[in-house]
Amino acid sequence: MKTFFAVLTVLAAIIALWYAACVPMNIKGVLDQAERAGAEVTPATPKARRDLGTMGLVANNSFAIGDTWVQERPRLPAPHQVAVELWQTTVEKKITSKRSLIYHGQVTLSATLLGFAIGTGLGILLAVGIVHSRVMDMSVMPWAIVSQTIPIIALAPMIIVVLYSIGVQGIIPKAVISAYLSFFPVVVGMVKGLRAPDAMQLDLLKTYNASTSQGFWKLRLPSSMPYLFASLKIGIAASLVGAIVGELPTGAVSGLGARLLAGSYYGQTVQIWSALFAAAILAALLVALLGLIERLVLKRMGVSA
Amino acid sequence: MNMETPPEALRPASAAPDASLGAPVIAARNLDLTFGSGEGAVHALKDVSLDINKGDFVSFIGPSGCGKTTFLRCIAALETPTGGSLTVNGMTPDEARRNRAYGYVFQAAGLYPWRTISKNIKLPLEIMGYAKVEQEKRVKDVLELVELSGFGGKFPWQLSGGMQQRASIARALAFDADILLMDEPFGALDEIVRDHLNEQLLKLWARTNKTIGFVTHSIPEAVYLSTKIVVMSPRPGRIHDVIDSTLPKERPLDIRDSPEFIEIAHRVREGLRAGHADD
Repeated sequence: MKTFFAVLTVLAAIIALWYAACVPMNIKGVLDQAERAGAEVTPATPKARRDLGTMGLVANNSFAIGDTWVQERPRLPAPHQVAVELWQTTVEKKITSKRSLIYHGQVTLSATLLGFAIGTGLGILLAVGIVHSRVMDMSVMPWAIVSQTIPIIALAPMIIVVLYSIGVQGIIPKAVISAYLSFFPVVVGMVKGLRAPDAMQLDLLKTYNASTSQGFWKLRLPSSMPYLFASLKIGIAASLVGAIVGELPTGAVSGLGARLLAGSYYGQTVQIWSALFAAAILAALLVALLGLIERLVLKRMGVSA
Repeated sequence: MNMETPPEALRPASAAPDASLGAPVIAARNLDLTFGSGEGAVHALKDVSLDINKGDFVSFIGPSGCGKTTFLRCIAALETPTGGSLTVNGMTPDEARRNRAYGYVFQAAGLYPWRTISKNIKLPLEIMGYAKVEQEKRVKDVLELVELSGFGGKFPWQLSGGMQQRASIARALAFDADILLMDEPFGALDEIVRDHLNEQLLKLWARTNKTIGFVTHSIPEAVYLSTKIVVMSPRPGRIHDVIDSTLPKERPLDIRDSPEFIEIAHRVREGLRAGHADD
């Protein structure tokens, strides 16, 4: 109960801060609009208002504060505006509608899951190779690290262009970008996990004259499970980011990334924010789902007491 | 290898095999093991010669760095000697390891937390390719041997430290190797549990007639358990004294108050002290 209130307090503080931030962010727009509508604002000219600064404007025109939370195209939409938009574009729209966030979310989700599957598979394979072969350890690991130092936003258009030129388009390029981001945490986590057994446990297997593959299946792989799940949680969030980034340079018409892009073209900040929140909620759900699977697997393994 | 001759004449630790028992199970001759080279070289073992006969219970005792664990690991082919000869069952240690000639018990139980006790004991059996029915039978047998019947379905964390160590002994016994190598198996346990496990171990040894190599820090433990006590001293690791126990094979716990026991313990203590004085 105590934690519940603590969590609630933090949430309330964030929302209060958000509402407070809306006032200086939106005050100028509200006053410009009010002036055009014939209301009395101080100072009277747009130039004078620009010179005064936002805090001064708020102080001089306290009547307009309420309006900063209900603008149609605010610089920073208020929480309830985003909530209403989210509600309207998820629950009240048909899933087939081009304006439904469920529709766009599902487009992004399918690319995310495909990319995550590819990235995880690739990551595990690389980790197995790295742990068992010194040559791979020295030749693959540096490149894996280098690959993550390139900003994905710079690389994504090139991946899409290259794949397009060989006739690959649609979900695959997005999934490739998503896999590109998600394989790395899996490699790092799995290498650590597969190396988790200590010298004594490896010696024990040696006394049984166990083969390398027996050591892998009976000791290394089970030992790596907690590490794998930690990596998968990072990986799935990275996958989602990758899928969204993959939607930006193509000018895609569907997907959460496309929603973000369209919102910024038309100055629809409410739409941008609700797409951002949809992405965040989707990521949270995916991570929570992985957490659930982790609990079940570790419980089945008898590890979590 | 640039090995000088030993600084002092060491007792030829019962070098001749005991004719009545046939060839020794484990035979070491002038065994050397040096880690590293040049200035920083560590002489873990120097000129170690020892015979262990079938059915012997041999304890290795000595201060840290005397090479007792290293010698046990050489027998198990977990370390490779840099000089001298060592045979296990008449084979090289590595061949013996491949033939699964020994079970090894480490200081930590090292049970897999994701396996039940039964499944942990099955681990070597699975690796060695025993049939399922045979696995079940052997698990049942060894669990009974270490008095853990009824605990097979438990996970390691549900057992006390002493029980976990018994389970790890059961695991080492499961594939019925003739030799049991134990590296301070009870070192991390408290005195009372240790006494109990020592008693159990003697019973187990009497029932199975295995050859046991046992590393320990504890003088009473070494004297209580062993037919032969090997006192070692450090820098370089070497055998200082080999004491053949005169205690009967049947040993109740209170034998530790008998004059015989105290005399042997005294000799071990003297040996340990002298070994230190050599530095």
